[in-house]
Amino acid sequence: MSTLSQNINSDVHEEHEHHEENWVTKYLFTTDHKMIGKQFLITGLVWALIGGALSLIFRLQLGFPDMNLDWLRPILGEWITDSGKIDPNFYLALVTMHGTIMVFFVLTAGLSGTFSNFLIPLQIGARDMASGFMNALSYWLFFISSVIMLSSLFIETGPAAGGWVVYPPLSALPQAVPGSQLGMTLWLIAMVFFIASTLIGGINYIATIINMRTKGLSFNKLPLTIWAFFLTAIIGLLSFPVLFAAALLLVFDRSFGTSFYLSEIYIGGEALPNVGGSAVLYQHLFWFLGHPEVYIVLLPALGITSEIIATNARKPIFGYKAMIGSMLGITVLSFVVWAHHMFVSGMNPFLGSIFMFLTLIIAVPSAIKVFNYLTTLWKGNLQFTTAMLFSIGLVSFFISGGLTGIFLGNAALDIQLHDTYFVVAHFHLVMGSASFFGMMAGIYHWFPKMYGRMMDEKLGYLHFWLTFVGVYLVFFPMHYIGIAGFPRRYYSFTNFDAFSSFTDLNTFISIAAILTMSAQFIFVFNFFYSMYRGRKAPLNPWKSTTLEWTTPRVPGHGNWPGKVPVVYRWPYDYSKPGAEDDFIPQTVPYSETKSSNLPHENELIELEEEINREDEKVTEPQN
Amino acid sequence: MSTHLSYVKIIDPNKEPDAPLSMHPQKFALWLFIVSVVMIFAALTSAYIVRQAEGDWLVFNMPSIFWFNTLVVALSSVSMHFAYIYAKKDNQNKLKFATAITAVLGFAFIYGQVKGWGDLVDQGVYFVGNPAGSFMYVLTGLHLVHLLSGIIFVIVLLAFVFYNKVNSNKMLNMEMCSTYWHFLSGLWIYLFLFLLLNN
Repeated sequence: MSTLSQNINSDVHEEHEHHEENWVTKYLFTTDHKMIGKQFLITGLVWALIGGALSLIFRLQLGFPDMNLDWLRPILGEWITDSGKIDPNFYLALVTMHGTIMVFFVLTAGLSGTFSNFLIPLQIGARDMASGFMNALSYWLFFISSVIMLSSLFIETGPAAGGWVVYPPLSALPQAVPGSQLGMTLWLIAMVFFIASTLIGGINYIATIINMRTKGLSFNKLPLTIWAFFLTAIIGLLSFPVLFAAALLLVFDRSFGTSFYLSEIYIGGEALPNVGGSAVLYQHLFWFLGHPEVYIVLLPALGITSEIIATNARKPIFGYKAMIGSMLGITVLSFVVWAHHMFVSGMNPFLGSIFMFLTLIIAVPSAIKVFNYLTTLWKGNLQFTTAMLFSIGLVSFFISGGLTGIFLGNAALDIQLHDTYFVVAHFHLVMGSASFFGMMAGIYHWFPKMYGRMMDEKLGYLHFWLTFVGVYLVFFPMHYIGIAGFPRRYYSFTNFDAFSSFTDLNTFISIAAILTMSAQFIFVFNFFYSMYRGRKAPLNPWKSTTLEWTTPRVPGHGNWPGKVPVVYRWPYDYSKPGAEDDFIPQTVPYSETKSSNLPHENELIELEEEINREDEKVTEPQN
Repeated sequence: MSTHLSYVKIIDPNKEPDAPLSMHPQKFALWLFIVSVVMIFAALTSAYIVRQAEGDWLVFNMPSIFWFNTLVVALSSVSMHFAYIYAKKDNQNKLKFATAITAVLGFAFIYGQVKGWGDLVDQGVYFVGNPAGSFMYVLTGLHLVHLLSGIIFVIVLLAFVFYNKVNSNKMLNMEMCSTYWHFLSGLWIYLFLFLLLNN
């Protein structure tokens, strides 16, 4: 330890130099933040395909209840019953795993893990993350978690089946459902690794953003992406430990016979010994993570979108400070609204009205964000790149899904709507699809930086329009089904006469889902084809202002071959009146842009000279 | 502080920009880790209160040895602080002594906690049963798990101390270890008072 400071010093040394690497150190056990970001991305995409495929299987059951599914037997084996139907227990496992995979493995690790790792050092002007080792550890814990969760799909009793929220007593009692046996145990083990991965990653993101910004890059000059990743990591740091606490008590209840969540339960006429537990307690603990998790999923997508919309509207983001303020507001509010998931759990109704009030306040920062997106687009010189289309798609979903949130946040209306397809429609639009579109926008936008090549625009357009229209065709009808009272997670509706008039609508949704999912293979093809055969990317393909575009086409270790650039201005100087170009990179000092400077910016020139002097002083004694 | 300065001095010639926040990244990461541990215990103690308010709550006496353990852990924090002071003053002999005392007190605390569980069992309070007892075991047990990680850190520090690798110029591990150790003592004192007042 005595040599720690020297160690860091020598680490920095090594990182600057390019040396030969073998396949294992370059692609597998790398500590380079860009490669770790790509590892998260590829793993996340594989998970997205698995999660999507699971949803298609249960959509077949919902849309075509009489269909003979014998042809799925080669994949699903015994889960297809002798009459050619999906085993009801497996149906429950499918919805559970679809939720778990999409929320945690795709939209948390795949989205936040990818872009936080890839973009934070590049956009703040750092050589790498604060700790490359912790960063690699974060990915490999996620990988172990993935392997365990995936393996639970193939065991005889099936994966966890109590819903992605794994409420006890269903999840706590192996007798309750086959999925609560080994599958649930694997689920819990996988989540422990996942929580550790997220915490280690988050600690690294926060430490990097606070400690390692380049000279001149104060917090009020940070791109909104970095603000979003920063707040996301803070939310994760505060909420994932609570999930850990909840899961720990659940493990004790399941495996050691304690009664934290269990009380007075009869199975098959026999009383269980557990007395004195409280199932609602679990719901409180779970949703204390579960609600912030929504914003862990959404905030990175909103940050990515802010960046892309400003770049492609060739306009400064409207209300930069208001954007930061509203993200801060969302961050704080995300911790005080959790019980709106529990309005009908038997919770004190007075508590319900407090949580309803707090929940509805979230509409304010959300509306500010939407307003700012729209005003940034307003009269902009819009460049319809694929990333831009996906970003606008996100705004659309955020509005249409957000509006139904106002309905659901209302404790009285929730009595009717709770646990119906209305909820499913709501969160799939506002959280699922919006975040997914943010992720896609990010991939299309930063693909040139990741792989040095451009993705195909025409295929991108096709992918966007099919997905955009498809998502609405899938989730819009679900609102009607939900208002009609369809409960979510039910295996079959044909037993209830009241719902038989909606069979056509369910068939329609299933067809739309299959088409939307098929369209994703356009993306998969485009992604892998462009990685090797795409047009070579120019250094700054989108004429963007942020630091990552000052790196070489394919940045090596340490990101910048020479000095780390110094930042002089905020990241949104697009179409500034009087400027030569319609964008001024963050690295251009005000002293070079006298024609476009505002009066107060001219005053900053002196300060810049001071920074430059310091910078030269620092760089002089080079080795 | 001096560590930080030496760190900057060595790093800066390698054309790295100034660290905007003057804290070593590892130290900062430790603080963030502490935040996440705080959240775990905040969640569990809140769960305790929520569950207790629902009634059907077993009332029992906290093992009296917990009082003694609290004293031990507080003393270990004091000796850790002395170790820190001696390291800053480059007083190697006293540094070794104080660090060793801290480790010994840490082990005494662990022994005392396990003894406390024995007392609970003698009272008829088991891990399995009324949640009041289960919570007692979970809170003390989870704290002990963290304390074990802390004592490993102290032992590592002790090894460095005996190889004369801790002095006023090399304070990083000393600072991190003492931060974590003080946190763990503070966490126990919080849990002790919490369990005492919410029995």
